[in-house]
Amino acid sequence: MTESPKNLRDASLTTAIMAEIRRITTRPWNIMEICGGQTHAIMQYGLDQLLPPDITLIHGPGCPVCVTSLQAIEQGLQIASQPEVILTTFGDMLRVPGNKADLFTARSQGADVRVVYSPLDSLRIASANPDKQVVFFAIGFETTAPTIASTILSASKAGIPNFSILPANVLVPPAMHAILSNPANRVQGFLAAGHVCAVMGYHEYLPIAEQYQIPIVVTGFEPVDLATGILMTVQQLEAGKHEVANAYPRFVTKEGNRVAQDMIAEVFKPVDRQWRGIGTIPLSGLGLRPEYASFNALTRFELPETSPSESPLCIAGKVLSGVSKPLDCPAFGRQCTPVQPLGAPMVSSEGACAAYYRYHRTRE
Amino acid sequence: MTQSEMPFLEGPNCPLPLKDRGQIVLGHGSGGQMTHDLVRDVFQRRLSNAILDTANDAALLTAAPPGKRLVVSTDAHIVSPLFFAGGDIGRLAVCGTVNDVAMLGADPRFLTATFILEEGFSIAELELIVDSFAEACQEAGVELIAADTKVTENGKSDKLFISTTGFGWADGRLQIGGEQAKSGDAVIISGPVGNHGIAVAEARGNLGFISQVRSDTAPLNHLVMTLLDAGLDIHVLRDPTRGGLATTLVEIARQSLVNIELIEEQIPIDKPVRKTCELLGLDPLYLANEGKLILILPSDQAEDALRIMHNTRYGEEAQVIGRVLASSSGQVWLKTPFGTTRVLEMLAGEMLPRIC
Repeated sequence: MTESPKNLRDASLTTAIMAEIRRITTRPWNIMEICGGQTHAIMQYGLDQLLPPDITLIHGPGCPVCVTSLQAIEQGLQIASQPEVILTTFGDMLRVPGNKADLFTARSQGADVRVVYSPLDSLRIASANPDKQVVFFAIGFETTAPTIASTILSASKAGIPNFSILPANVLVPPAMHAILSNPANRVQGFLAAGHVCAVMGYHEYLPIAEQYQIPIVVTGFEPVDLATGILMTVQQLEAGKHEVANAYPRFVTKEGNRVAQDMIAEVFKPVDRQWRGIGTIPLSGLGLRPEYASFNALTRFELPETSPSESPLCIAGKVLSGVSKPLDCPAFGRQCTPVQPLGAPMVSSEGACAAYYRYHRTRE
Repeated sequence: MTQSEMPFLEGPNCPLPLKDRGQIVLGHGSGGQMTHDLVRDVFQRRLSNAILDTANDAALLTAAPPGKRLVVSTDAHIVSPLFFAGGDIGRLAVCGTVNDVAMLGADPRFLTATFILEEGFSIAELELIVDSFAEACQEAGVELIAADTKVTENGKSDKLFISTTGFGWADGRLQIGGEQAKSGDAVIISGPVGNHGIAVAEARGNLGFISQVRSDTAPLNHLVMTLLDAGLDIHVLRDPTRGGLATTLVEIARQSLVNIELIEEQIPIDKPVRKTCELLGLDPLYLANEGKLILILPSDQAEDALRIMHNTRYGEEAQVIGRVLASSSGQVWLKTPFGTTRVLEMLAGEMLPRIC
């Protein structure tokens, strides 16, 4: 790291980059930031307010809480409600509405649901509670996958019998394919998620850029990072180029973190997965390899069949795929607020709807 | 009825000694000798004063002096764990209620308290907490004039809950309240925000690392009295406890039907708090404080207020953080260093850490 984080929040540098974007922009462009962390940072710093009106940012499906399928949430709720279970998960997950309840409600009804910062904490809980089954609700993108994989490897090595996961991890490149092959797609350039690329590298984006003729710029999370990523995307769009570029070289290499990738590959394999609001995307999730199938909570518990259905008002799917903006939703800020969310993007602070609600309502 | 099903009747000849137990037992709530011993040895010894020592069923007080009005506030204190860096439930139970009374411009004088003890709770820990409670009373200059203890069965409560009620006197002419913010006022915070929230989260073992952050739990009544004695035209005093600075300012903006504009760079946040928040995806503007106050007053008095606050123990790092704007929409806006603005909402529910 050559630059300190303070410089990366430098207001004059950020506005200078924004001025350059304004200077070179000659027509409207739609750019999607994939990662929810980027959506959050853009809203937090108000960076969208500094862009020329021709540049539209579309908030992608990169909030892991938002895209976790309703079916997985229902499974989580069913597992959590069993008396001998401690369900652990990341904080945001607790407030995501299932069909009728969320995990907070389950907790108020006596379920033992605990927030952890790392899946490894679940192993500690499992060792301390040998008479309980500890189930980690494994959500996230390629960023959380290595620690989840390493947790399973540790549990396997140490022979911890009362630990399992509810696998719900998802992968970015298949989602990009799904967005770009949608006939209603409006996305013309991508900011790739810096954290995901720190793990996976960016070699897997080269064929996507080529196939769909679209520029992809690996981008970080600080204001200067984001402004630079947007500038590099607009430069390509204006020049008619479609390359994969790296605006986050202090953390990301083309190859990524091989150790982390090997760990993921050792434990997981790509499987078809349902994305909330979007539908099933082929080979877009991480499932356990047969050697580690015993750590799949779904094989340990008999769960009743459910047929979950979304609120008919919620347009989360369109928001997550970039077809609509949160403000296009008739329920936004009315029937659907962070206190009473209808859909997942209103729950997580990384969710596009919640970010809009918090940071982007027009000044009255 | 078989022998084993018969209820065990603890008679006067119980061979077990009543004293020398290291923990609370149900007998401590019986109202009998054990209760008396506990009250005398743990509470009275530390909190003795003329009114409490009468040991009557109620406290007899004189009415408020002429021109003064009685101000009352009540608060239940439940915090897990009971001890955290920079404080404990005893200090919190005093400061929380003292501060609420002081926020109406009143001089807090008396407290009443109920201690709800769980069977099995350590008496040594209770003594530490009552020590800290007494020390906070002394610092704030308030007396405990009535108190009660109750014991619940093991598992029916959580170690110790303390409910306190505070009584104070305010100048009858004062009009201080959340509904008094006016366009043109300055918004001042008495010091850095977020420390209590991080300290408690760390004590819960929720951080997974040592943050070095200490709770700011403190009585603010002397600071308030110093401001009032200076003759400042104070419009609003409010302590941003649960929900943090942002939620409290939204409450004030809605009560007063004004907008509040904050300058993000001017909001004091200690570095370890900021770092911890960034690591965990928390927002320091929504973290609890237990020793900070928001002061809103005409902007031409802001400098005087700051000068006075900077000479007090709990106002050394006071700073003007924004201003009140005319509007009926009741919104709080944050101006970022980038020249952009964002709206601050109330905290929706429990604050949850973000994932990435």
